[in-house]
Amino acid sequence: MEAPVSNPLAIIGRVFLNSLAEIGRLSQFAGMSIAHILRPPIYWRLALQQMWLIGYNSLPVVGLTALFTGAALAQQIYVGGSRFNAESVVPGVVVIAIVRELGPVLGGLMVAGRVSSAMAAELGTMRVTEQIDALTTLSTDPINYLVVPRLLAAVVTLPLLVLVANIIGVLGGFMIGTERLGLNAGTYLQVTADFLERADVISSLVKAGVFGFIIALMGSYHGYNSRGGAQGVGKATTNAVVSAFILILLANLIITVIVFGDQT
Amino acid sequence: MSIQPMIEMNGVTKAFGPKKVLRGIDLKVDKGQSLVIIGGSGTGKSVMLKCILGLLSPDAGSIKVDGTEVTKLSARDRKKILSKFGMLFQGAALFDSLPVWKNVAFGLIQGKGMNKAEAREIAIEKLRRVGLTPDVGDLSPAELSGGMQKRVGLARAIASEPEVIFFDEPTTGLDPIMSDVINDLIVECVQDLGATTLSITHDMASARKIADRVAMIYEGKIIWEGGKQEVDHSGNDYVDQFIHGSAHGPIQMQLLKP
Ligand SMILES: Nc1ncnc2c1ncn2[C@@H]1O[C@H](COP(=O)(O)OP(=O)(O)O)[C@@H](O)[C@H]1O
Ligand SMILES: [Mg+2]
Repeated sequence: MEAPVSNPLAIIGRVFLNSLAEIGRLSQFAGMSIAHILRPPIYWRLALQQMWLIGYNSLPVVGLTALFTGAALAQQIYVGGSRFNAESVVPGVVVIAIVRELGPVLGGLMVAGRVSSAMAAELGTMRVTEQIDALTTLSTDPINYLVVPRLLAAVVTLPLLVLVANIIGVLGGFMIGTERLGLNAGTYLQVTADFLERADVISSLVKAGVFGFIIALMGSYHGYNSRGGAQGVGKATTNAVVSAFILILLANLIITVIVFGDQT
Repeated sequence: MSIQPMIEMNGVTKAFGPKKVLRGIDLKVDKGQSLVIIGGSGTGKSVMLKCILGLLSPDAGSIKVDGTEVTKLSARDRKKILSKFGMLFQGAALFDSLPVWKNVAFGLIQGKGMNKAEAREIAIEKLRRVGLTPDVGDLSPAELSGGMQKRVGLARAIASEPEVIFFDEPTTGLDPIMSDVINDLIVECVQDLGATTLSITHDMASARKIADRVAMIYEGKIIWEGGKQEVDHSGNDYVDQFIHGSAHGPIQMQLLKP
């Protein structure tokens, strides 16, 4: 019953239909999960445990990423700016770029790499070893028990991580700026504070919350629906990370356009 | 006399994509009875159990548990029905993030809201019931052998004293002696509880030990049913071939997936 492989239109059509079906299933899973947040019980202890797993363990990688990126950014902007004798823009551009874009995006991608895959692997293993079925037979809703705590934890934890990433990113720029590029420390901090607006911080944290949702949703969705033994779990893990990456970048673009689109 | 059967399935079908797994299952299990379903690997035995539990939803047909139609229940009503069930999964399906005693106590703590100290005591007692010492309770499932995992799975299945217990291939993957130990435990535990049981297996020794009645599933249908003693002279070629484990007969193994 396979469509003839030679017909490229048929292939495109099938890929298109499959993607639509996948989007449909994903939306249904997301809707069901959100509905379960409103339907107790909520396992707060499990959510706290997940917050710890997501947050604490991601701190080093997120911090280092932000530090190096902030530093490299300052160096580049200094080089670029000096062509127009505009070295003084370094602190302003660094803080805007970090807080609006790089902090949330790089933080989100780093955490997605760690957490989406880990969630998909854990839930996928539970699926193929029938542990998820066992939960149901023990009068426990697996969405409430497994998915909701992960979603809540990620949505709360990502903004905290991104806040830290933003601060460390600016610090990276500050270190290069003052130690290497000879900018004045007091002026650097003053310009940073002048440039930063409340809307920047809020949009940064909103992005982080959305990315947290995407990270936990992709990990849960692919893990929860995996099948076919160890190979299936491996596939779920990869798919979770790849789809989380793409959705984070897409969501970032959408939020950026909505929040900053009509500023000139 | 018409006692209401504990489980009644009529014309239950289930397909995955083009693959028809169940093609019209008709089955009745009376209260207090132990029915064992035999059949080859991949014939849909587990799928059948999962349809009854609502873990999979059948495409058509009716499934009644204690007189209640369960195929179209709300989440809350299903939860109520599920509290009557215990299930021992094929691979034990222990939660590897929890120590053994919390596995056994899971249904009591999460499902019934019992306090931890009390649930722990019951868990230890159930572990003892299946021949495990209390110190096993603090181990993680990964530290246990296959036979011990099955025992813990059995303890978990009986912990909330269910009315109906499902056993999905309880002896698969165990050596013959451990299989016999598990079979004995199943028979004892079921007698303790007076529970109705539905078991699936392809191990005839196990079937003979735990069954009152035996049914055989083939190509998605129940093709034979009878008392335990009738298995050996069923007059059914399929049953004969299966219980003698012969490669020759009407059942042709499909070596390649269709
Ligand atoms: N969730 C599922 N999705 C797709 N196919 C499945 C699913 N569960 C079972 N199957 C298929 O149904 C058939 C019967 O499986 P199962 O009931 O597990 O067999 P068994 O009789 O050995 O317990 C198998 O071919 C299996 O691949
Ligand atoms: Mg099976």
